[in-house]
Amino acid sequence: MTKPPVLLFGARSDIAKALAHRFALDGRALQLAARNAASLESDRADLELRYGVSVTLHEFDALATDTHADFVRQLPELPEIAVCAVGLLGVQVDSERDTEPAVRIMRSNYEGPASILAVLANSFESRQSGTLVGISSVAGQRGRASNYIYGSAKAGFTAFLSGLRNRLAKKGVHVVTVLPGFVATQMTDGMRLPPALTAQPAEVAAAIAQAVARKRNVIFVRPVWRLIMTVVCSIPESLFKNMKV
Amino acid sequence: MKLSGWGRYPVLEAQVHAPRSLEALSALVRSEPELIARGNGRSYGDSAINHKATIAMGHLNRMLAFDPASGQLVAEAGVLLADIISVFLPRGWFPMVTPGTKFVTLGGAIAADVHGKNHHADGSFRSCVDWVDLLGADGEISRCGPRLDSDIFNLTLGGMGLTGVIVRAAIRLRPVESAWVRQTTLKAPDLRSAIKAFEDGHKATYSVAWIDCMGQGRHLGRSLVMMGEHALRHELPAEKARAPFRTSARPQMSVPFDLPGNLLNGLTVRAFNAFYYAAGAGGRAQQLVDWDRYFYPLDAITGWNRIYGSGGFAQFQCVLPLERSEAGLRALLAQTARAGSGSFLAVLKRMGPQESAFSFPMEGYTLALDFPMNRKTLALLERLDQITIEHGGRFYLAKDSRMTAATLEASDNRVADFRNQRHSRGLASRFSSAQAKRLAL
Repeated sequence: MTKPPVLLFGARSDIAKALAHRFALDGRALQLAARNAASLESDRADLELRYGVSVTLHEFDALATDTHADFVRQLPELPEIAVCAVGLLGVQVDSERDTEPAVRIMRSNYEGPASILAVLANSFESRQSGTLVGISSVAGQRGRASNYIYGSAKAGFTAFLSGLRNRLAKKGVHVVTVLPGFVATQMTDGMRLPPALTAQPAEVAAAIAQAVARKRNVIFVRPVWRLIMTVVCSIPESLFKNMKV
Repeated sequence: MKLSGWGRYPVLEAQVHAPRSLEALSALVRSEPELIARGNGRSYGDSAINHKATIAMGHLNRMLAFDPASGQLVAEAGVLLADIISVFLPRGWFPMVTPGTKFVTLGGAIAADVHGKNHHADGSFRSCVDWVDLLGADGEISRCGPRLDSDIFNLTLGGMGLTGVIVRAAIRLRPVESAWVRQTTLKAPDLRSAIKAFEDGHKATYSVAWIDCMGQGRHLGRSLVMMGEHALRHELPAEKARAPFRTSARPQMSVPFDLPGNLLNGLTVRAFNAFYYAAGAGGRAQQLVDWDRYFYPLDAITGWNRIYGSGGFAQFQCVLPLERSEAGLRALLAQTARAGSGSFLAVLKRMGPQESAFSFPMEGYTLALDFPMNRKTLALLERLDQITIEHGGRFYLAKDSRMTAATLEASDNRVADFRNQRHSRGLASRFSSAQAKRLAL
């Protein structure tokens, strides 16, 4: 018996790729959604060859929110689990100078992800089952000078996920919020990140698979991040505003 | 960032790029003035480090197609042999040629033209390669193989990544009936008996010897010669034959921090050696060993390279032509024993004939030794280099971290041609590593 598929948005990202391997290892069929989906053909071949699961590719643009309802309607099979790994870090200084890059970051991290999960949520709600996973960020826990555009969008997404979870809790649909902390991905290539605080994509994937299986609500991948964010969030604003963090 | 090879010497600063797609890789090759591709960093020295641009190939690790009729696997260069084994051994396939660690990439195995315990019978990694897709200095991919653009294929096998970036390859896997190896261990009291064991055992699929390099005088070259055959299903005890590809997972140990560099002094090595030798008592012993223990004994200890301390270590590996092997080995072992600085691992192996333009192997005997990196070791290695050259031998570039260009030139008359080909094909200025600069390749 084949298990119902897992749908991955932003399938080209390192975290989504790690998730694809993790879920395929469990024998799950995969639906990979991304822009220019045809370029994921090698990944499709690889996943099918390694794990003997079926993998389909789906053209998806997170920012084209007017296409999201059709996207879900046209899926060959409604997935059991959907993970949104869409995100854009951007360059904060560009966003301070210009509205265009700022809006792009806001839309990529909040509007697009929330829009597609909202559509899926309704389908899952009618079916009365399924798990939605949103990859948000610790940057959304408190605005910081160095990345508050990105952080504010992630804050919005975190609040969206929490509200959605609250709404669907009695409808058989579960929502997981993932706050990964630093992850060694393309997004952070070239940054000097402290190794003890930096997870590998495979670690994030394992944590997500476990959170889905155990119906966890909000997860940090490395537990130390829960402590760090508790401290960061407890600093009074009058002090925080003068700190270099 | 700081990069080093498996020997952790030298440690060099390098700009690292990790492309996620062929397009991104191609753009890098077009734009970077010079670069080298890097697989999983298991060559010992500076083969896979370029200060200006080191291209980490790990993300291009997809398996693209497999033909169960021929056993041909097409995969991207960054895939690990470990991944190939985990996917295909349960289906009855194993790499045709594998080095002593499964944590090498396909691209690295081709670039170093690695060899395994079956070199005497099956040749180097080249033997299983049907074709290679190579990204040239112009950023374009072209395919080469033994019968298709064979000149560049010959240069690429053993070419240490200096002929272009290996992006994809087709290799043939070997059908096996089980995940077990029938191992026969022979005790050889001295070098001559070890060589005799290899020559008598030339029909064995796999053979390798652990050699006690502390043995002196009449004990010089005393060894345990280990022969192996893939176990057929009917050769397994009933409970294993029911699931012939199932082996229990090995406990994974790790070396979490650097051990003090002087730990492996002559005394501890001597003790270790004596113990190991005694454990093989009985002259001849047969046992059934799972593939992982047989082919990759050291892979069970994550980070075993840290046992030599933070200064790193040097591996010495040479091959000597058949007719001068015994004399050369005798001289190398005597020199090593005299230095008393201890080689934790000493491996002897009979090699068979080798075809290629720049690959390491030749018909004869190869000896691999390793030493903690220090001034005394560097001096000893110079002496071992000279002995090798005097006996017509050459050196394995995947292990080298300190040889001079003059030494390489003196050991290998193919160097000039390799260098000329690199220049005439416009590869020399674009594809380069710290090792290539040191060796003037």
